[in-house]
Amino acid sequence: MTTQQGNRFFFNVDWITILLYVALCSIGFVNIYASIFNESVANEFSFAAKYGKQLIYIITALILGFSILLLDAKFFSVFSPIVYGLTMLLLVAVLVVGRKVAGNQAWIPLGSFRLQPSELAKFGTALLIARYVSTFNPKFRDVKSIFFAAVIVGIPLFLILLQPDMGSALVFLSFMFPLYREGLSGYFLLIFLGMIVLFIADFLVPAQILIPLILAIGGLFIYQNRRKHKVMISCIIVTVIAVAYLFLVKATYERLLEPHQRTRIEIMLGLKTDPKGAGYNVIQSKIAIGSGQLTGRGFLEGTQTKYGYVPEQSTDFIFSTIGEEWGFVGCFTVITLYLFLLLRIINLAERQRSTFSRVYGYCVASILFFHVFINIGMTIGIIPVIGIPLPFISYGGSSLWSFTVLLFIFLKLDSNRMGFI
Amino acid sequence: MDNLFNRKYIIQGLFIVVGLILLGTLFYIQVASDKYFLSAESNVLRKLYTFPARGVILDRNDKVLVQNEPVYDLMVIPNQVKEFDTLSLINIIGIDMKRFKKSFNKATVQSRYQPSIFEKQLSVQVYASLSEQLSRFPGFFVQSRTVRYYPDSAAGHFFGYVKEVSKKDIEQSDGYYRPGDYIGKAGVEKQYNDVLRGEKGIINMLYDAHNVPKGSYAEGKFDTLARSGEKVVSSLDFRIQKLGEQLMKNKVGSIVAIEPATGEILAFVSSPGYDPNLMVGRQQGNNYMDLINQEKNPNRVFTVRPIQGYYSPGSSFKPLDALLGLQEGVIDPNTTFNCPGYYMAGNHKVKCEHVDGNIALRKGLARSCNTYALYVFQRLMQQKKFKNQRVAYDEWQQRVSKFGLGQKLGVDLPAERPGNLYTSDHYNKKYGNRWGYTTVISLGIGQGEMDATPLQMANIMAIIANRGYYVKPHLIKAIGENKVIKKEYARKNYVGVDARHFEPVIDGMQDAVNAPWGTARQSAIDNILMCGKTGTVQNPRGKNHSVFIGFAPRDNPKIAIAVIVENAGYGSTYAAPIASYIAEKYLKDSIAVNKRAGVEWMKKQVILPEPKKPKLKVKPILTDSLKKDSAQKTLSPVKILPAPAHVPITAPATVKTGISTVKPITPTK
Repeated sequence: MTTQQGNRFFFNVDWITILLYVALCSIGFVNIYASIFNESVANEFSFAAKYGKQLIYIITALILGFSILLLDAKFFSVFSPIVYGLTMLLLVAVLVVGRKVAGNQAWIPLGSFRLQPSELAKFGTALLIARYVSTFNPKFRDVKSIFFAAVIVGIPLFLILLQPDMGSALVFLSFMFPLYREGLSGYFLLIFLGMIVLFIADFLVPAQILIPLILAIGGLFIYQNRRKHKVMISCIIVTVIAVAYLFLVKATYERLLEPHQRTRIEIMLGLKTDPKGAGYNVIQSKIAIGSGQLTGRGFLEGTQTKYGYVPEQSTDFIFSTIGEEWGFVGCFTVITLYLFLLLRIINLAERQRSTFSRVYGYCVASILFFHVFINIGMTIGIIPVIGIPLPFISYGGSSLWSFTVLLFIFLKLDSNRMGFI
Repeated sequence: MDNLFNRKYIIQGLFIVVGLILLGTLFYIQVASDKYFLSAESNVLRKLYTFPARGVILDRNDKVLVQNEPVYDLMVIPNQVKEFDTLSLINIIGIDMKRFKKSFNKATVQSRYQPSIFEKQLSVQVYASLSEQLSRFPGFFVQSRTVRYYPDSAAGHFFGYVKEVSKKDIEQSDGYYRPGDYIGKAGVEKQYNDVLRGEKGIINMLYDAHNVPKGSYAEGKFDTLARSGEKVVSSLDFRIQKLGEQLMKNKVGSIVAIEPATGEILAFVSSPGYDPNLMVGRQQGNNYMDLINQEKNPNRVFTVRPIQGYYSPGSSFKPLDALLGLQEGVIDPNTTFNCPGYYMAGNHKVKCEHVDGNIALRKGLARSCNTYALYVFQRLMQQKKFKNQRVAYDEWQQRVSKFGLGQKLGVDLPAERPGNLYTSDHYNKKYGNRWGYTTVISLGIGQGEMDATPLQMANIMAIIANRGYYVKPHLIKAIGENKVIKKEYARKNYVGVDARHFEPVIDGMQDAVNAPWGTARQSAIDNILMCGKTGTVQNPRGKNHSVFIGFAPRDNPKIAIAVIVENAGYGSTYAAPIASYIAEKYLKDSIAVNKRAGVEWMKKQVILPEPKKPKLKVKPILTDSLKKDSAQKTLSPVKILPAPAHVPITAPATVKTGISTVKPITPTK
């Protein structure tokens, strides 16, 4: 009976994904060990050290993950509004009873453990989005369905911005991908991309050039479509909005962003250098990664890592350890593993019979993608410093567990793809 | 639905593209560029230096001229400083609270974790009292270093000085020098800096982000030990160097003495001089400012007159006329010219001091006869073998420059100047092709457009003493134990005049000093035949310069010498006696008893040009240019103390004349 049950639970599980997951966790453990390693101290294995703790986190994460596989797949769909509601309550609670760490009120202390509700909110939101799409089958062609989706994503985003945790809030923009897959117009992605491009251009190109340039391009499109009135009008609207957006950015940039966030953006755009201050992390991280060269300096041989030149190295900047000690080969391996995982999840999502599972799969892939892209991008200086962890690799129980739960819920749904939810 | 299914590929494609962007960036910073690798090295590697002692400098008799004295720099590591009794610290090292705060802030700005100099160069006494109590001042420690000490307080221009490196020095040193290091900045200290400085020792240490040392790099594979600077033996004889400086005290000018056979410089006096110890230590900056202060030291102390001062050679050029005349065969030793007391260059009269009637080589040189010299010059220019006199001039210029005039001699000191000796191009530019020997006639008596440094003048004497060659004059005769010097300082440079032509010229120079009719007969040395030539060199800015050049003894000469005393008038009055004292001291090791009073008298003479009057700010009246000219010609008075009875001062009435077309020529003696 037990074997049959075991078969029932694990027979359809996608072991490739689990393999990729375990590989990434192991890479994380090895590099956390390296970034904590101190050659002048006797290095007996200790569960009090960060790598020891991470080992415990990995083991408990695996237990947690396999426990999820034991649950009934229907549970997630049925209880998704409740999970969402609970995580929203936690987000509110953290604003009241949370502890401030480095300016962000993002943690609820629970004994020796600290709970980070924004991590939980990610899969809470993913579940509800999936439930919404699977229940109402909206095609996101009407304002109403877009509005509902926006509210589901917007509430946690807003609450997290209140902490204020810009990095975690940004991750919620990743829900655009599943919505796009389900029918949201591609223009939304383009508009979003356009907003980023205009935002950057606003810094790099003086306004007296930029605005005439936009007007000229807009004018060209309007002229070309002068016979198609509908298109012409939308061209006019887009042009006007683009210019208005630029003025809005100019007017609100200093008011909405904290000084340190503005500095980080300006450093990333190359407008400022501050090697001793705000730019220190990125510079030291780039030096570490760059000094790894093709094959790396070798395990425990990275001087940037060993001598503590990169702050936050075991958490947000763990990728610099990989870059320094394992070189381009190591970075290539890690990024390839992530790409395999992401593409695999998308492929699994597409083979689902239930819409709920598919949408949820897309949510998981998109959230992971945002984390990986932003985190690695910031360690090599192509994205401003945004403090979000590298999934499965960065040190920390809270983030490892929530990524594990996020992923294993999907694996459970997938193992149950033949059944109906 | 099919349509939406395709969006899978768009999303997957986006993931791949972003992955490739990350990989591309990584490839660039990891594989394509080694900038970051080098930055990582410079992050963790610190070099700790040990400083070598600077090389010792000896004189030719192995007398130690420079020593290294220990000094003590008080260092501080700001983050190790704890609360302490600041008052007692500033009392011990003798500074005020303001300076204390300034130094401490400076050190903190430099680095909180690395040692910085807090107070430079504490004396031994201060160090002694400080070291007893140093434990009361956590974060402070003393680092010893050596500085130069010049026990004789002489020959400042020869030594030059050592100073903290400038930014430029650091850039040019290929990474050897670092801020706070010391480097030779002038004189021998500069010229031989590379051998004197030694090599710093380097210990490569690894440091972590908090500046905590983490052990040596690569197990000390790249560490080096400090190597002391090399010993340098100078050619100076400090007995005559010091005598020379005493004789030149309160006068402006130079003494250069050369050993003819070797080109070794025996004395190198530039007056006014300075005590090289002023350019050492904590007061270096202040002392330097004082020395260059025009009001306190109006005569440009840092000009190295022996190699930078420009003087017309004047009469001291006349031996060259005779030598070239003999070599070219335009005269022989017995050729006579009639001197009616002047020489006619075309329509212009060049005065001579004497009316000597028919005069030949020997007496012509002994009496310093302008007429004789100019007739020889005229013959050289009028030789038939040349197409015209301009070609003859170029030949003459070539031959004269072989004697080292108009070019740097290549002495081993920085900032030597070449002097002036022009080719015909210069005059062609000035006069077109319409010039001849009369235009440049003043060159025949070493005046006009010709400038020589005292070193060049002494070198001409070395050439005559050697009967036809010179070795490049130099100040350092050996470096280290292996005694290496440059090959060029051992090579004989022949000047293209046969040895046999020198004897008649030397005869004349012998008479100048030793014959009753000679110009420098008061400066003869007992039992030693000194040969020489006085010069009274016209000086457009003031009173004539007193010049003497010579060598001794006549056979197998040991010393060639040039002495210039600015604004002192006749060569026989000041320059010749000074030269004879130096030569006597060098050759006999002491000066005859009957001359000692003369030496003392000479030491006391004060011959300084009057301080420049501040320029009037009145607008010059154009029509009054003549008046202005005459005002500028006012000669500075010369202070002359009463002479002891046995030192006659020859001061015949000055006769002035000039050739208006070229340049006024004053008679030379």
